[in-house]
Amino acid sequence: MRFYEYESKALFARHGMPLGQSRVAGSPEEARAAAQAIGGPTVIKSQVLSGGRMKAGAVLFADTPDEAAKHYETVLPIVVNGETARSVLIEEKSPIAQEYFVSVTWDGRRKLPVVLFSDMGGIDIEEVAETHPEHLSRTHFSTILPLSERVAKEAIGAVGVTGSDLNRLVPIVYKLMQLFLDYDLTLAEINPLAKLEDGRFIVLDGHLDMEAEARGDHKAVLDDLGIGDDETRQARPPTEFELAGARVNAVDHRGVAGNVVEFDGNLGLIIGAGGGSLTLFDAVRKQGGKPANYCEIGGNPSMSKVKNLTKLILSKPGVDKIAVMMNVVSNTRVDIVARGVIKGCIEAGKDPAEVIAIFRIPGAWEDEGFKILAKHGVEYCDRSVSMYEAAGRACAKLEAN
Amino acid sequence: MPGMFIDVEVDAGVASNAELVKKLAEVCAVDIFAAKDDGTLQIVEENLDECVLCDLCIQAAPAGTVRVKKLYER
Amino acid sequence: MSILITADTSFIVQGITGREAVNLTRENLDYGAKIIGGVTPGRAGRDIYGVPVYDCVRDIVAKHGQPDGSIVSVPPKFTRDAVFEALENGIKTIVIVTENIPRAQVAQMVELAELRGARIIGPNCLGIISPGEAKMGGVGGPAANTRQAYSKGPIGVMSRSGGMTTEIASTLTGAGLGQSTCVSIGGDAIIGTSYAELMPFFEADPETRAIAIYSEPGGRMEAELAEWVTKNASRLPIVAFMAGRFMDEMKGMRFGHAGTIVEGKEDTTAEKIERMEAAGISVAERIEEIPALIRTKLAEKSVEV
Repeated sequence: MRFYEYESKALFARHGMPLGQSRVAGSPEEARAAAQAIGGPTVIKSQVLSGGRMKAGAVLFADTPDEAAKHYETVLPIVVNGETARSVLIEEKSPIAQEYFVSVTWDGRRKLPVVLFSDMGGIDIEEVAETHPEHLSRTHFSTILPLSERVAKEAIGAVGVTGSDLNRLVPIVYKLMQLFLDYDLTLAEINPLAKLEDGRFIVLDGHLDMEAEARGDHKAVLDDLGIGDDETRQARPPTEFELAGARVNAVDHRGVAGNVVEFDGNLGLIIGAGGGSLTLFDAVRKQGGKPANYCEIGGNPSMSKVKNLTKLILSKPGVDKIAVMMNVVSNTRVDIVARGVIKGCIEAGKDPAEVIAIFRIPGAWEDEGFKILAKHGVEYCDRSVSMYEAAGRACAKLEAN
Repeated sequence: MPGMFIDVEVDAGVASNAELVKKLAEVCAVDIFAAKDDGTLQIVEENLDECVLCDLCIQAAPAGTVRVKKLYER
Repeated sequence: MSILITADTSFIVQGITGREAVNLTRENLDYGAKIIGGVTPGRAGRDIYGVPVYDCVRDIVAKHGQPDGSIVSVPPKFTRDAVFEALENGIKTIVIVTENIPRAQVAQMVELAELRGARIIGPNCLGIISPGEAKMGGVGGPAANTRQAYSKGPIGVMSRSGGMTTEIASTLTGAGLGQSTCVSIGGDAIIGTSYAELMPFFEADPETRAIAIYSEPGGRMEAELAEWVTKNASRLPIVAFMAGRFMDEMKGMRFGHAGTIVEGKEDTTAEKIERMEAAGISVAERIEEIPALIRTKLAEKSVEV
């Protein structure tokens, strides 16, 4: 879950990291007042989650409070990568001598956190890695030994930084490592980390990402920042349909019938599990099908959960048929899913035989499941029909419509 | 609303036996059985189709007094 | 032969009185597993399908001797502690079933496991099965379903998806290709054992003659495998199935497992397929293509199956 710049800065401040003065503005008047309070030249920055706001012209510089107010109105409506700004940050413009880069992230191969440090900040770090690899250091650190400033020192020293710069940078990098572990972040990045003309260092821009699994452990912090549970902070905000899917899944604890993602096609999908859904979604698209949604069922969901998911998908405008498909199941039961989808169709006022294009879930309790499906005239198949073929049958039925 | 897939029949002698009713309510993982205020059996109809066919209710009562019927087999 | 577990492997179940753990205990016993004890704090003295329950792993070791492995099926908040307990009591193979563990905690478990010379499979996985010998974890479900999908033979299977482990095994079985050992390695961003880390085991197992893997977007595990295969001149032909190809166009969106998200170019299926093919790994577009691709690759090497 990504944080806005102003939220990241609130967290940096909590950890005692040096920052320039800044204020969030929600109107031109507030922007003017903020610039007035800061005094001197300011930077006006659009608050969006996606990168590339500089390129989009959503970062401007102002010499006076009036100019700050004017820039507020310019910056706010700019759409950056399809995203509209939440607010605008007015920040003190500092005289910069040099820009550095530091980030802490996970290395899935080494299974350790790693500090990336560069004395070539401010630009795309992937570019530095390619063109000036000697200016980018990678330093892994332990998660079971006590956190140590040694790691920060080695990371900074590895690109040739020494003297008082090294000693001033160590606590900042160390605190970033601390922040990374304290808040279960997947990315803690400062870019640029600026050395000012007077020799001090400050965090100019930063980017923090919290692991979704850990949100529950950091509720107090998220509450302080005003971030509610419904703010998923995915690449795009959740649709009403997706939120309704999450509500279906939250009703009881038995299994999963969720992770609904909306698409604009006409074939409703009740698919699972984690890997099976990815496989089946590909299979539908490859064979010309137009999915109305992505979803995942698994972990042996209750009949009513499957029923309610079925009703939700059938309620989506433009959904003509649904396909119910999974990999060979082990703990999710074929008969319980069969009951759920059939009951869902009937409660939605549809004929299961008509609306279920195909049912392909082989595995646990399939004999009972197939009896139920046969009784209601639903077309089903066992494991001798591959996932790909089953998806193809569903697509063919919709085309014939 | 009765079950679409599953129905449960319990003999009157069991349904009025508070001790057996309590036992049925305990063993059922999907809450098909409940006790009324007077201790007699209440079958929770909305949960019938959640039945996982574990047979624990059948084992909890004297043989033949609790019957789980699969309506899709008729 | 097989890898990681055999019919003689003894293990315990931590969190044995939980709903999922009760299930998998029965399923594993039915499949022939040697489960010598279970742990749930405060429940000592009970038994689950004849398996005695203790408060601590230490008590099992004292009473029944050193177990080889442990299945950890406890809520996410208690998982790290349970795994540390297993490691500090000399257990060398740990299957973590639990899902939704923050990766900092997974990293801690993996680090301690390395120090103790132990191996973690998972988290967020269904475990290990050596068909016809034993299984450790929920893979395959009830014993009857497991026997239907899995059969003994020459193919090693590794999968980031628990469900797809069984789909692939079932497809192989249907085509007359049995399996040596199948490992559900877990769907998280950080896992105990990756494809490349399992390869030396399969490489050393004379029974294994080819490998099938299930992979998906996110992470660098496929690149690591491709590097390993090239560097070690592996004798084993590998066929991979790549799911989630649609995700290449949907940067930043999370589908499927926690580890499945496209952030950079290296995370895309296109890039992964390119790397694997460059290392001689065939990439199937459909699961049902896997058996024929394996047979072709084995025929090229004149290996009979």
